[in-house]
Amino acid sequence: MKPEKALIFELSKPGRTAYSLPECDVPEKETSELIPAHLLRQKPAELPEVYEVDVIRHYTELSRRNFGIDNGFYPLGSCTMKYNPKINEDVARFAGFAKIHPYQPEESIQGALELLFTLQNDLAALTGMDQVTLQPAAGAHGEWTGLMLIRAYHEARGEHRTKVIVPDSSHGTNPASATVAGYDTVTIKSNERGMVDLDALRAAVGSDTAALMLTNPSTLGLFEEQIVEIAEIVHEAGGLLYYDGANSNAIMGITRPGDMGFDVVHLNLHKTMSTPHGGGGPGAGPVGVKSKLIPFLPKPIVSKREDGTFYWDYDRPQSIGRVKAYYGNFGILVRAYTYIRTYGPEGLRRVSELAVLNANYMMHRLAPYYEVAYPGLCKHEFVLSGRKLKQYGVRTLDVAKRLLDFGYHPPTIYFPLNVEECIMIEPTETESKETLDGFIDTMIQIAKEAETTPEVVINAPHTTVVKRLDETTAARKPVLNCTCG
Amino acid sequence: MKHRYLPMTDQDQAEMLAAVGAETIEDLFADIPEAIRYQGVLPMSSRLGEYELLKHMRALADKNADFDRYTSFLGAGLYDHHIPVVLNHVISRSEFYTAYTPYQPEISQGELQAIFEFQSYICELTGMKVANASMYDGSTALAEAAALASGATKRKRIVISRAVHPEAREIVLTSAHGLGLDVIEVGFKDGVTDQEALAAAITEDTAAVLIQSPNFFGCIEDVRAIEPLVHDKKAMLVLSVNPLSLGLLESPGELGADIVVGDAQPLGIPASLGGPTCGFFAVSEPLMRRIPGRIVGQTVDSEGKRGFVLTLQAREQHIRREKATSNICSNQALLALCASVYMSTLGKAGMQEAALLNIRKSHYAAERVASGSLSLAFASPFFNEFAVKLPAGTDMKQLNAKLLERGFIGGYDLGAVYPELENCMLIAVTERRTKEEIDHFISELEAMV
Repeated sequence: MKPEKALIFELSKPGRTAYSLPECDVPEKETSELIPAHLLRQKPAELPEVYEVDVIRHYTELSRRNFGIDNGFYPLGSCTMKYNPKINEDVARFAGFAKIHPYQPEESIQGALELLFTLQNDLAALTGMDQVTLQPAAGAHGEWTGLMLIRAYHEARGEHRTKVIVPDSSHGTNPASATVAGYDTVTIKSNERGMVDLDALRAAVGSDTAALMLTNPSTLGLFEEQIVEIAEIVHEAGGLLYYDGANSNAIMGITRPGDMGFDVVHLNLHKTMSTPHGGGGPGAGPVGVKSKLIPFLPKPIVSKREDGTFYWDYDRPQSIGRVKAYYGNFGILVRAYTYIRTYGPEGLRRVSELAVLNANYMMHRLAPYYEVAYPGLCKHEFVLSGRKLKQYGVRTLDVAKRLLDFGYHPPTIYFPLNVEECIMIEPTETESKETLDGFIDTMIQIAKEAETTPEVVINAPHTTVVKRLDETTAARKPVLNCTCG
Repeated sequence: MKHRYLPMTDQDQAEMLAAVGAETIEDLFADIPEAIRYQGVLPMSSRLGEYELLKHMRALADKNADFDRYTSFLGAGLYDHHIPVVLNHVISRSEFYTAYTPYQPEISQGELQAIFEFQSYICELTGMKVANASMYDGSTALAEAAALASGATKRKRIVISRAVHPEAREIVLTSAHGLGLDVIEVGFKDGVTDQEALAAAITEDTAAVLIQSPNFFGCIEDVRAIEPLVHDKKAMLVLSVNPLSLGLLESPGELGADIVVGDAQPLGIPASLGGPTCGFFAVSEPLMRRIPGRIVGQTVDSEGKRGFVLTLQAREQHIRREKATSNICSNQALLALCASVYMSTLGKAGMQEAALLNIRKSHYAAERVASGSLSLAFASPFFNEFAVKLPAGTDMKQLNAKLLERGFIGGYDLGAVYPELENCMLIAVTERRTKEEIDHFISELEAMV
């Protein structure tokens, strides 16, 4: 049994220090002379006392107990775990980007403003939209921003619309964002091909429809072939179309949400534009809109004067207001812009082509062993069902855990909700054929193990630092901090 | 096309297309209707080689006046603190930064433990019982706090002090519009929330009172006096705090806060034009199952060994969909890690010392202002930031432009947001400022106006 890893608090020994602060070159007055006593802490915060080597070894050890894209293949569906280029990291750390303040005089941050302005335009071109705000901090934040824009648009026209329609295959954030924007959600079933059921859509739309939220390609990895008809149905009812950009890696330069009929789009720069996921964030979720929604965009946006200088444009009387402090996750936007420039538009198109080729190749090779939920062409990802293995007592969760023993991050599982024992695989374009083949062979081996030695699969993982964890007790009797103080 | 991130060779492509049964890559897009296919090349920025790209990015960066080349006295929510060298080394470990949210706990124990430790740090610092894995930033966390309080109290009225960061107030307003909440603003007196006006604004249908301390003007609010006003009406006290100030200032838990939020930027996170930073969110125990965002809990594995998992997920969007407590599905994990490493590095003594350095240096600067030709706008106690009253008619834009020429990033023009504070400049003095820089800056300021 491998030993437990200590908490940083458990390494503490009074008297040790790991810091060196600037010297005090002003009069060393006592705190009580400067701040009234009743505002001061009576009891210091009991933070650990360690020295610098402890800090480095502790976090290095934690990092070794973590799996990132740099450790290996990470085919997590709908998350676009592509390679995170190193140049992005270097550039974002330039002092001219990392050590600047949004309230500095505009003339002292012209480089930053130019970058933001260019990125706004690049993303507008990519999505077929007329204007982009870079403020939202994440995809879900972009969804909410987009829905607030839609709400402002309807309100400005004196219309009271209360419902947002989502398909049953949609991301959970879609209905959750609708609620936070003050909308009721109507969920419609997919048809037998995994597409939006047009009859169900026709039955659902009406004068109360604010918007339809759609991911295209869908979370099943399928392109909605009837998107033009879908757009017509929603628009005829007076609703708008919201594009969840989580799956944009399939379509760059090939087709654009704006040309499909969408009115509002968000992109996940931490997916499509290669910015690192950071173990859960930070990301960035810019939102693009068609011209009729531009007046409502969050303020400010970055604009360019005739003399070529850039400025924060606050003069937006119909704006929904602000959605994020300052100007969004600038450090992430720097990385995304850097990424765009490593490819250019033709390179980005090639990225999408290869993401789709990789996914189709994997789907074909795995089809004899795992049921393909919706046979045919897939886009950048595809969905398998592991239900054939249930006869051996093996579930999709077990397959995922067994993959850990072979050094892979498992695919997304049990999502979307409308496929039984779901396995959702997204290889991305930055993986080689050898990597894909290695993973496919492992998946085939696990399918065979399920038949011959199911206990090996059911008891997996066997090689990780901890075995399967008791999640029920964790939720029932929550221990959420170490109360070491 | 060849590219260093793309491994596909002509041979790979031919073999893979054959396996799929397609002749060309184009065939794989046959499901996209012709009418909506994009023809031609998108009008976007062009491709650059690695060397040319580095040069281009360097040129853009060099057009910005950064804190290495200029001496900054600008704060207003984002501060120029010393960042211990070890921080960048830890967050540059790609096992951390290239990982997704820790959905597979067996291979994500590092991140999960790091978040668990972050939650522990936030609880210890704030004196609260429960903290989450972090939020987008302090301002959006404040808006989420208002939403939580409204849900928990079933009330729709939010009272917020005008001494709360103006951008945070704007976000609270935007968010309140979506949720159908009323937001009532309360003014300030001598740089702190006007308690009489506050008492009058809190009614039986008030869900929460939102107070920031140190507030936007740097002043420390007398929360002990505010707390009974809030709780007498069974409203919730939401405090937004600067985590570094908690090295010495009383903890929100001791002061009776129900929800505590803030931005971890002062804990080793670069200002980076305002983002990404990291919001934190802590609550009293009864609110545990209403908290938004990710939470990590401790548990054991099948062999009884300690381990960590994402927990209390029944609150979240991927389970609850439209009934979730929030739509947030990420956190700022890498920056929460950054803040944790900062607190590990400073430890118990360092957090107190850093807070004290900020207090000493800013108070030296304030005394220096008060003893010269300028004056302070407020007499209330403050942490590391204070407002200076400049002569009537001062053109703040021009003044900051002149300061920039002398190598200084000047303070924040309060008059731009608060008409009653025309000619007032908000000045932040962190531990990075030397006595010489402070003296020089104030002399320049005195000479220029």
